[in-house]
Amino acid sequence: MKQLKCHKGIGPVVEGVALVAQDNFSARYDLDRIKGVFSRPQHALAGQSYDGKILVLNTAKGGVASAWMLHEMKSRGITPRAILFNAANTILAQGAALADLAMVDRFEDGDVTTLIKTGDRLRVEPELGLVTILD
Amino acid sequence: MKLTDEEQAMLAGKSGESARWAIDHMLKVGQMFDARDLVPVSQAHMMVDPESAGEAGVAFMEQLAQQGGRVAIPMLTDPRGVDLDYYRPLGQTEAMADLDRRTASALSRMGILMTNTCINYQTIMPPVLGDHVAFGDTGVVIYSNSVCGARSNFEGGPSALAAGLTGRTPRYGLHLDEHRRATKRFVVRVQPAGLTDWGVLGAVIGKAAGSYWEVPVIEGIAAAPKSDELKHFGAAMASFGSTPLFHIVGITPEAPTLAAVGGDKLSANEVTAADLAAMRSNFGAAGEKVDVVVFAAPQLSLVEMQQVADLIRGQRVHKDTALLVCTSPQVYPDATRMGFVADIEQAGGKVLQGTCFYQQHAREIGLANGWKRLLSNSAKIVNILGGYGYEPALAAMEDCVASALEGRVVSAKVRA
Repeated sequence: MKQLKCHKGIGPVVEGVALVAQDNFSARYDLDRIKGVFSRPQHALAGQSYDGKILVLNTAKGGVASAWMLHEMKSRGITPRAILFNAANTILAQGAALADLAMVDRFEDGDVTTLIKTGDRLRVEPELGLVTILD
Repeated sequence: MKLTDEEQAMLAGKSGESARWAIDHMLKVGQMFDARDLVPVSQAHMMVDPESAGEAGVAFMEQLAQQGGRVAIPMLTDPRGVDLDYYRPLGQTEAMADLDRRTASALSRMGILMTNTCINYQTIMPPVLGDHVAFGDTGVVIYSNSVCGARSNFEGGPSALAAGLTGRTPRYGLHLDEHRRATKRFVVRVQPAGLTDWGVLGAVIGKAAGSYWEVPVIEGIAAAPKSDELKHFGAAMASFGSTPLFHIVGITPEAPTLAAVGGDKLSANEVTAADLAAMRSNFGAAGEKVDVVVFAAPQLSLVEMQQVADLIRGQRVHKDTALLVCTSPQVYPDATRMGFVADIEQAGGKVLQGTCFYQQHAREIGLANGWKRLLSNSAKIVNILGGYGYEPALAAMEDCVASALEGRVVSAKVRA
């Protein structure tokens, strides 16, 4: 069990399995939001399902429109369980607040995409600014 | 976060469920960005194209309206997903139109002004120096911050709505002096000439700045640009760099001198003719057939409407090419009264009001009409639409019109 400190975030306490890449994240351009998979061919996670996963990525991209998208995804029940970034952007953080999706960023020990590996089981506690690797 | 007694009461539900939701939303966002309190704002502007809000977002807005939500400050809307007077011919569906009608109905009930524009800083009520506002649409935010000296973060639809319902927004980012100081210094050696040159310069600087938290300061601009030029400059910079603020020394209000924004302590990066040419080369297509020519992103001012009308009057758009012009519902009646809409439409083009091409289901429109090759004078739009299945190309306004008439991309004018 290893604990990672990060900045205080948004959303509920959740547990799940990590899906990690060093790429960025755009809800608008990287995802097939109906199928629940990464769809942009250039993305490292192309073809992989994000449904129920804890995504660990570098930063969020995309314009103001993406603030609605996490909420829209959640209404159809196909969302990541949480998203961890090195640096979130303001728009996606606003989107997480509307959707009540767990989101944290700014990890004290450095690049979160190298601190966590795909398949790690995680517990995310946004209010405490804490992520625990359970296995 | 510190809340006033009035804000505590709102959080306790004493002003209704919609205000309670709004304060709760702002606490969540503010906590993530270390806001110490909420700051009163004078206006809000909301991006709410149904394409991104979806059924769930529209239902959410209907619920707020149902709960008696009412805005506390003037609140405007960004362009809509359809022009209700002209959507079937574009291949847009009744379902898209219905989502738009429901949105407009819910927002109107909350007292939101359905302005449907991304050029409110030119046409409605430009904010003033030091004015805290909560604006959506990156182009609106960057112009208001930089040219007007107002203070706004990029507010997504939900956060803008929370600001409108309460007259407040979390005090973080661009509301604070420390985030408005220059972080990167650029020296321009080639003076931009015309809207597209300004867009390309904005794109180059935005790409080099590259983050929401970078503030470019630009030296070397010889004469005060026009509002439309700064509109294209800012929209492109925000699109390529997620950048919400720039300073131009001697021109924008917070940078009378380089030192005033701390730029004297930064090392200078030259923007060369080669940098500008490299950016343009991503969007070249000389000689190729063009399916659709688009003037939008941002919506056209009355002055731009006149310019397009002057270029096209009495001529004929090629039979295999479409020409679309997007303007605001405020400009449209003037442009009609002055004959510009007739000039464009008699030549075979179409003027849309209250939409902006890229956020009106552009992917579906492209598929429905078989459009691939798109030409525009907007650096912002060519940046975005590659992600929507188009092959976008960039040219100056006069070359875009000439290409629409020819049906293929005419060689761009060589500029000094």
